[in-house]
Amino acid sequence: MSDQLKADKITSDLLRSIRLNKSFLVWMGFLGTALLICGYAYFLQLRDGLVVTGLRDYVSWGMYISNFVFFVATSLIGMLISAVLGLTGIKWAAPLARIAEIIALAFAAIAGLVIIMDMGRPDRLLNVIIHGRIQSPIVWDITVVTVYIIMSTLFLYIPLIPDLKICYDKLDKLPPFARNIYKLLSLNWTGSGEQANLIKQTTRVIAIFIIPVAFAIHTVTSWLFANTSRVGWDSTIFGPYFVTGAFVAGTAAVIIAMYFFRKNYKLQDYITDFHFDKMGQLLVLVSLVYLYFNLNEYMVPGYKMKKFDAMHLNSLFVGAHALLFWSVQILGLVLPIILLIFKPMRKPLPMLFIGTAVLIGAWFKRYIIVVPTMEHPYLPIQNVPLNFKVYSPTLTEISITILPFILVLIIITVLAKVIPIIPVHETIEQHEENN
Amino acid sequence: MSEKEQKPKKKSRREFLQDLGIIGVGSVLAGSAIFAGINYDKRKRPFDRSRVLKAENELLEIERADGSKVVIPKEQNFTYLQQRGRDGLEGKRFVMVIDLSKCRNARKCMNACNNAHHLSEDQHHMNVLKMQETKETPAYYMPKPCQHCDNPPCVAVCPVDATFKRQDGIVLIDNERCIGCRFCIAACPYSARIFNWAEPIHTLEEENMPYNVELNVPQKKGTVSKCLFSADRVREGKLPYCVSACPNGVYYFGDENEDAVTNGTTKETFRFKKLLEDNGGYTLMPELGTHPRVYYLPPKGKDYPFHDKDKEEAAEHLG
Repeated sequence: MSDQLKADKITSDLLRSIRLNKSFLVWMGFLGTALLICGYAYFLQLRDGLVVTGLRDYVSWGMYISNFVFFVATSLIGMLISAVLGLTGIKWAAPLARIAEIIALAFAAIAGLVIIMDMGRPDRLLNVIIHGRIQSPIVWDITVVTVYIIMSTLFLYIPLIPDLKICYDKLDKLPPFARNIYKLLSLNWTGSGEQANLIKQTTRVIAIFIIPVAFAIHTVTSWLFANTSRVGWDSTIFGPYFVTGAFVAGTAAVIIAMYFFRKNYKLQDYITDFHFDKMGQLLVLVSLVYLYFNLNEYMVPGYKMKKFDAMHLNSLFVGAHALLFWSVQILGLVLPIILLIFKPMRKPLPMLFIGTAVLIGAWFKRYIIVVPTMEHPYLPIQNVPLNFKVYSPTLTEISITILPFILVLIIITVLAKVIPIIPVHETIEQHEENN
Repeated sequence: MSEKEQKPKKKSRREFLQDLGIIGVGSVLAGSAIFAGINYDKRKRPFDRSRVLKAENELLEIERADGSKVVIPKEQNFTYLQQRGRDGLEGKRFVMVIDLSKCRNARKCMNACNNAHHLSEDQHHMNVLKMQETKETPAYYMPKPCQHCDNPPCVAVCPVDATFKRQDGIVLIDNERCIGCRFCIAACPYSARIFNWAEPIHTLEEENMPYNVELNVPQKKGTVSKCLFSADRVREGKLPYCVSACPNGVYYFGDENEDAVTNGTTKETFRFKKLLEDNGGYTLMPELGTHPRVYYLPPKGKDYPFHDKDKEEAAEHLG
C-alpha cells in the first residue's frame, strides 16, 4: 500500500468518530439527566446551607475536599504522559498523549468547581481575588491550578492545530459553520516547515514548563493539610506522597478511557494491546513508588504510636475505618501491582477492571486521608450530638459529590467528539518515518 | 561539540554583561533592603510606644503590640463597627487565666456565652471538657475557649483576611468577609471554631441590628464563628460574659501589660505573673508553638465530686 493510501486510511479511521450518532446522543442524554438530578441537590445546598451534608463542626471537611484532592490528582496525568514521557523520547506514549491531555484538562477545570461546592459562601468567591492573602495555601492553590488549566489548554490545543486543518479539509459533510470553526481554530496552518517547527518548539517549551506547575498543584494541595498541625496531616512527605498518588489515579483513568475509546471508536489498530501492556507496566511502576510512600507515611508513626497518632492510626488499622483502609490499600494498590506483573493481566479487558479498582481505590484513599484526621482532634469531642463525632455523608452530599464527575464525563465526551482522539498528523508522520 | 569543549573557559562579552546585570540588580535589592531596615528603625517614634498603668500604680511605657505595626488598608469600605473591631484596643494585651482546681462543670459560662452570641445549644464558643491525661491521673473539668494564640494557625491560613489578630491580642472573625472555606477550623488544634451550617436562629432584637464584629451577632449562615474574648464587653471595660457568669471563681481576666487579672466571681484583682508563678500556670499544647493567651492553673487539690458518667467520657480520649 502506498504512503498516500495509508495516510488516507489513517485520516478516515481517526476522523470517523467526529459525527453525531445515536449512541452519543443517548449517552449525553443520560449525563444530562444525571446532571439535573445532582444539580438539584446542589440547589438544595445553596438554599439551606451546608447543613444538608453530614459535615459538622469537627469533621468540617469531608467528601467535597476528598473529591477536590482526587480531581487535582487525576489531572496530573497530562503532565506525566505528554510531558515526561514525551520529553524522554518514549514513542509508544504519543498516541495516548491527547487522551491524557483531555483528561487532565477536564479534571483540572472541574477541580476549581469542586472547591466552590465546599464553600459556605460561594457568593463571596470573589473575595479570594479582591482580598486574597498570600500567606494562605488556598491562594497558592488557586494560583497554580489556574496556571495549570491555562497551560493544559495550550498543551492540548497547540499540537492539535494541524489536526484541525485536517478536520476542515476532510470533514466536508459537516455543516459549514462547524467547518468554519475548525478553519478558524487551525490558524491558517499550511504545513510549511516553518510552521511545523514553531509548533514543535512551542509544544516542547510547554512540556518543560508544565512539569513544575503540575508538581506545584498537587504539592500545594497536599499543603492544605500538611501545613496544619493535625494528626495524620502533619507530615513532611505529604507533597511527594500526593504527587506519586496522583500518577496512580491518573494512569488508571487513562487506561479506562483508552479501553472505551478503543472499543467505541474502533481504534484497535491505533490503541493496541502493546499500548495496554505498556500502560500496565507504567501503572505498576507508579503504584510501587506510591506504595513506598504509603509505607513511610503509615509505618513510621505506626512504629512510635505517639498518643494522638495512635488514636488516628488505630481507627485506620483496626477501628472504624479499618475496612475501608485495608480495602483501599490491598484492592486498590497491592493486588493491582501483583496482578499486573503477569503479562496476561495487561490485556485490555483485565486492565479495564484493574484500572477501575485502582481509580475507585484512589478516590477512597483521599477520603481516608481527609476524614479520619478530622475525627481525631487533639482535644476530646464532647457536649455535641453523635453526628458531630462520626461523619456520615448524606444522600444530597453524595449527589453533589457525583456532580463534578458528570461534568468531567461531559467535557471528555464532547471533546472526544469534536477532535480526533488520536493525533492524526503525528500518526501519519510517524508512519512515514517508519517507512 | 568537541570544538566547544576545547575552548578556554573565557567568558564571552555577552555572558559577562549578563553576570554584571545579575550582580547589579542583586546589590540594588540588598541595598534597598538594608536602607528600608534602617529607616524602619528610625521611624520608631514615641507614637510607636504607649503608656499603660500597672496594677501597682506605676506608669510604664511599652512598645506597641506587633498587631499595630500591621498596616490595615483603610480603603476597604469597612463599616465603623468593622473597622473598630479590627483595630482593637490600643495598649492592651488581654489574657485569661482558668483555674482548673475550681471548675465544677456548672456550665454557667457556656450558657452566658451562648445567650450573648445567639448560639444554638450544640454550638460552643466555650466548651467545658471532661479531661484525663493518663489512666492513673485523675479526671478534671476543663473550660476551653478560643486560646487567642499569639501565633494563630487559623489567621495564617485564612485566604481572605476574614479572621485576624488585633493589637490587643484578641483573634476575631469578620463574618461579612468569611467565604466559609473552613480552613481555619481544620488548622485550629484546639477545636475552638464552629460553623453556621444552617441559617442561624435570629431573635427579634437582631432586627435592624448592625453587624458587630466584636459580638459576632447577627450570626450568618455559611460563616465561621468562635469565642471572641467578649471583645464588646472588654471595650466597655467589663469582664467577658463567661467570666462574670462563673459561680465558682474559675476565671480570671485582665491585661498582660498591666500585669493584672480580675477574678470574675470574687472581683478580686491579682498580679497576673504572680498568679501563674504561685500556681504553676501553663498553656495548652505549648509544643505547637501557637503561644496561647489563655493560661491554665492545674487541677490541684480540687475538692468537688467528679461524676462516674463524666469519668467514663473523660477516659474515652485516653486512646
